[in-house]
Amino acid sequence: MWEYTDKVKEHFLNPRNVGEIADADGVGEVGSLSCGDALKLSFKLGEDGRIADAKFKTFGCASAIAASSALTIMLIGRTLEEALEITNEDIAQFLGGLPKEKMHCSVLGREALEAAIADYRGVALPMAEGEVVCECFGVTDIEVKRAILENDLHTVEDVTNFTKAGGGCGKCHDRLKVLIYEAREEKAPQPIPMSGPKRMTTIQKIKKIEEVLEREIRPALKKDGGDIELIDVDGNFVIVSLRGSCSSCAKSQTTLKEYVEKKLREQVLDTLVVEEGK
Amino acid sequence: MSKTIYMDNNATTMVAPEVFEEMRPYFCELYGNPSSMHSFGGQVGQVVEEARLRVARLINAEPEEIIFTSCGTESDSTAIFSALQSKPEKRHVVISRVEHPAVKNLCENLDNLTGHKHKVTQLPVDEEGMLDMEQYRESLSDDTAVVSMMWANNETGVLFPIAEMAAIARERGILFHTDAVQAVGKIPIDVKKLAMDFLSISGHKLHAPKGTGVLYVRKGTPFAPFLIGGHQEQGRRGGTENVTSIIGLGKACVLAGHYMQKENSTVRLLRDKLEQGLLATIPNAMRNGHKTERLPNTANISFEYVEGEAILLHLDRFGICASSGSACTSGSLEPSHVLRAMGVPFTAAHGSIRFSLSVYNTEDEVDYVLEKLPPIIADLRQMSPFWEDRAKIAGGGSCGSCSCQK
Repeated sequence: MWEYTDKVKEHFLNPRNVGEIADADGVGEVGSLSCGDALKLSFKLGEDGRIADAKFKTFGCASAIAASSALTIMLIGRTLEEALEITNEDIAQFLGGLPKEKMHCSVLGREALEAAIADYRGVALPMAEGEVVCECFGVTDIEVKRAILENDLHTVEDVTNFTKAGGGCGKCHDRLKVLIYEAREEKAPQPIPMSGPKRMTTIQKIKKIEEVLEREIRPALKKDGGDIELIDVDGNFVIVSLRGSCSSCAKSQTTLKEYVEKKLREQVLDTLVVEEGK
Repeated sequence: MSKTIYMDNNATTMVAPEVFEEMRPYFCELYGNPSSMHSFGGQVGQVVEEARLRVARLINAEPEEIIFTSCGTESDSTAIFSALQSKPEKRHVVISRVEHPAVKNLCENLDNLTGHKHKVTQLPVDEEGMLDMEQYRESLSDDTAVVSMMWANNETGVLFPIAEMAAIARERGILFHTDAVQAVGKIPIDVKKLAMDFLSISGHKLHAPKGTGVLYVRKGTPFAPFLIGGHQEQGRRGGTENVTSIIGLGKACVLAGHYMQKENSTVRLLRDKLEQGLLATIPNAMRNGHKTERLPNTANISFEYVEGEAILLHLDRFGICASSGSACTSGSLEPSHVLRAMGVPFTAAHGSIRFSLSVYNTEDEVDYVLEKLPPIIADLRQMSPFWEDRAKIAGGGSCGSCSCQK
């Protein structure tokens, strides 16, 4: 069960300003049914240029409903410029905080607000112009970078909690890592040393493995009348076939694991697993 | 309003009062270790053996075919690793797409866990959650070491044709495991009439305490232990027995046998009343899972255009306990893998609610849920931006008036 604050519970059970304004000045719709949460925000300006009324309709969990309710309360009485200063963090704070996995609900609120104001001004949203990074939830690189900078995010998990990006199939995780790196580098343009685990493409792996086999492993095996051949490389699995005296040797498994795998891990990639193909 | 209406029995169950009474003396009075040489411990060993016999009787197994474990997950892991170890030359495993994470996540990580490359076939299901038996036959190959199929699905209650599937595997010389944690105690099982090699049971799903499980291993099936240690369970599962819970599980199995008839008559009728009542009073609601090939206690219903967590929290105010396949309840961002495998549309998957009953539920409780839930759905739909659009899309007619019902 989620640890919701009393304020979240209260706004979920008794949401304020539910509905739609018939003659709204601006309407913003974000999210979708397939994503699991969606928010439609409408507002009406008063004669003084301040937001006189704001209403919402939300499909989503308790925190999405509470965040929508909070947003409408925060909006009323503000000018559009003041309204645009509201960040997702402000919405979360208004509610006494949200579980980190639910931060995307506050981001949803902020996005709906921007969409509604863009609708009023008749301009396009910058976010929609970005390149979609996460196909599952339709999140663009601009949205991701913005969330990284505004909320000081460091990991893919953080990004998922705030934007949902990467929460589905997981295919975009590498791209998200690059975006985190880029966004943080743009913010603080000092040279950051490359670190973290080595990444290689399959072709690079095959080339390197062939090289080590040729230079070290094959000559050593040939001394005992054996030989080895590379059959396939699939992810971290290196499929090989032992030839000559090795193929009938009772110790071939030991050779494979203790010698071949060890050498390849040392010199190519430390996550490789050597298997004998049939 | 402090009353609890517990309809989440596929998650866990109440420890039956009779079970608790049976366990009570073995905490502070008869606390000996069953492996001890003195009679103080030895007498406990005899009670553990009596519990083993009681568990065996529920599924018509021999007592020596029963291994006590710590939970259903341990039983599943033990069975699958044991099967792979006894057929080291075979690297293919067949499961379904709707397996419990205890099997699904294990099989998806076999390569890392064993250091060997495995092929895992995950058989799809149709919109009612059923398997295609022809596809099952075709999935088996000479390289298949083990098939692991759940007997009853925890989310929908859908039953797989385990008898037929086990027989097909046996014909091909393939080991067969069934995760039966939701089935045992709810439907009659006779392992002597079945061709499976392994069957997993979880204590807390049938009114025994949490922290105890069983793996049935057919006599003659090769076995490799998962937990290595002392000689307990005849060397098949190291670690001091969870004596009190095992004794409780024995008693729970006696009760389950006793209540089997009631489970399949009274509980089924209550479930049907709840399900039909909700489907009749709430528009845009649908049942998930096959209508008849299903556990008698489980109802999984989707309410379109509303989100499951919101429904659950409103039910919680009335003390009603259920669960949801919605993304928000799990902490993941995608709805239940079971509903997705069945092709349940997103409009419905996020709003799915599972009610799972037990012999302890009453008709009054069902009536209470039937009274409380429809207004909750109506209120949330009023708040949903999709509800009115749906009426527009549906183009008036009888559906057009639905949204005005409230």
